[in-house]
Amino acid sequence: MTSVPVDEPTNTSMSQTESPIAIAPSAASRLRERLFQVLPDIVLPVITLLVVLLVWHLIATNLGGGIPGIGETWERGVELLSDPFHSNGPNDMGIFWQVLYSLGRVMAGFTLAALVGVPVGFLMGSSAIFRKGWAPLIQILRPVSPLAWLPIGLLLFRAVDPSAIFVIFITSIWPIILNTSAGVVAIPNDYRNVAAVLRLNRIEMVRHILLPATLPHVLTGMRLSLGIAWMVIVAAEMLTGGIGIGFFVWDEWNNLNVSSIIVAIIIIGVVGIILDLGMNMIQRRFDHSQR
Amino acid sequence: MSAYLSIEGVGITFNPRKSPTPALVGVDLKIAKGEFVSIIGHSGCGKSTLLNIVAGLLKPTLGGVFLERQLVDAPGPDRAVVFQNHSLLPWLTVYDNVRLAVNKVFGKTRGEAERHEWTLHNLNLVGMSHAIAKYPSEVSGGMKQRVGIARALAMEPKVLLMDEPFGALDALNRARLQDALMGIQTTLRNTVIMITHDVDEAVLLSDRIVMMTNGPAATIGEVLDIPLDRARKRLDLADDTTYAHCRGEVLRFLYARHRPADADAA
Ligand SMILES: Nc1ncnc2c1ncn2[C@@H]1O[C@H](COP(=O)(O)OP(=O)(O)OP(=O)(O)O)[C@@H](O)[C@H]1O
Ligand SMILES: [Mg+2]
Repeated sequence: MTSVPVDEPTNTSMSQTESPIAIAPSAASRLRERLFQVLPDIVLPVITLLVVLLVWHLIATNLGGGIPGIGETWERGVELLSDPFHSNGPNDMGIFWQVLYSLGRVMAGFTLAALVGVPVGFLMGSSAIFRKGWAPLIQILRPVSPLAWLPIGLLLFRAVDPSAIFVIFITSIWPIILNTSAGVVAIPNDYRNVAAVLRLNRIEMVRHILLPATLPHVLTGMRLSLGIAWMVIVAAEMLTGGIGIGFFVWDEWNNLNVSSIIVAIIIIGVVGIILDLGMNMIQRRFDHSQR
Repeated sequence: MSAYLSIEGVGITFNPRKSPTPALVGVDLKIAKGEFVSIIGHSGCGKSTLLNIVAGLLKPTLGGVFLERQLVDAPGPDRAVVFQNHSLLPWLTVYDNVRLAVNKVFGKTRGEAERHEWTLHNLNLVGMSHAIAKYPSEVSGGMKQRVGIARALAMEPKVLLMDEPFGALDALNRARLQDALMGIQTTLRNTVIMITHDVDEAVLLSDRIVMMTNGPAATIGEVLDIPLDRARKRLDLADDTTYAHCRGEVLRFLYARHRPADADAA
């Protein structure tokens, strides 16, 4: 079973590397060098992709059970993505709007979490009293699945949208608090000594030492938060309903449109990567140790 | 007697409650204005601790430090420190690292343009004018140390405190920076306390060398005057008898009378 999928893609990659050499023998050596450079970056993921597709194909044809084939899913994907902006009332909106609504909730909860989490993290990092007082609470709450907070949100806000945002807020806040306070604690004593010799006052201390020194840690916390938040929103929306990629998945499941769900999974993954790349770019822009 | 800087009966004990370890006891030292004093001693004897007490970063358990008869009880720019590992702020450029200090010290007394000029002037003193827009991570270790010195000089401190300023540098860079520092010192005549491990560096740069006994409970063992004329030249001193004598005195103190504890075992 395992030898079959491994053999086939290997052959494919061989033919890819050989064909350009046969076409242009003059530049053969340079091309081969080039190909060997990009080989691990391009060919290996392609191999993986082919293996996955093959396994999928085998499962869909042999096991059946409602798992759609590759071709069927592809068609559904083209269909969904060819008209992503349509909007015929709240029950029939394009995939773009679904993603946008989910992103909106994530951004709202995430922004609120940053606004609360960063100051709390600063307090915890700079004051042992705060740290000792808050650490146990955070230790207990952090491992709880954010979805457990959904009923509390529904109770508090009596509406689904704020509840979903509340769940994202809870999801995002722990990594932000913990990374921010760790960043403050990790400020080298040297910087504090420089600040002391210069007699920086409290505001100057925050502006010239605390903020720039902890910014990389804060951004790391935000990047972690955003990644988890994007995972959690799908689950939260499945429970709350409304417009959003999570409820879209749930809705399609109720209509037994499994091919739509697979397309949605891929879209969710791609959006997740884009979010992470965006945060990575911001992180690199502000990381003084990388300069 | 009214010395410019006076260290009087300074002692410090770390962890006074748990496991009291006296690091320094009965340190007395008077330093005149414009004097260059080196502190030399084996690793761990408490040189940095003493310097940090003068800087105000540590509080002595006993005694006190007086600058122009005022008790030193907090850090301040009148006792600028050149830290062992440069301690530049990595998110600021070379220029901004110095400028931050200039703004803080002269923000009320000098105008914008004047502070800009003064920042450039001090970077020029240490030969760093070419790299003002670079970040600390983009320049070499020796250059970082130069910027650290420029930052301290720019504060126009009453006392310049340097904790092994060239400790992390290779021999060539070290010699170059020593020469640069000597040049600056002949014109500015700062009052300087410098910690060093390097006997040649101490003799070359200092008016007096303070030799410390080994810890725990370290104190000043001996103070050696260096009766060499100023405007010293590294090469001329190579065959100078006074130089050789001073050098020998320090070496004898460090390796005959106050050998480090681990050297006995070896
Ligand atoms: N904050 C502190 N708490 C407890 N002990 C300390 C503290 N700072 C320094 N010591 C101890 O005091 C002694 C002197 O330390 P110090 O750093 O002043 O030595 P040093 O002469 O500067 O050594 P080196 O040449 O290696 O820099 C050491 O034994 C050190 O362990
Ligand atoms: Mg030291």
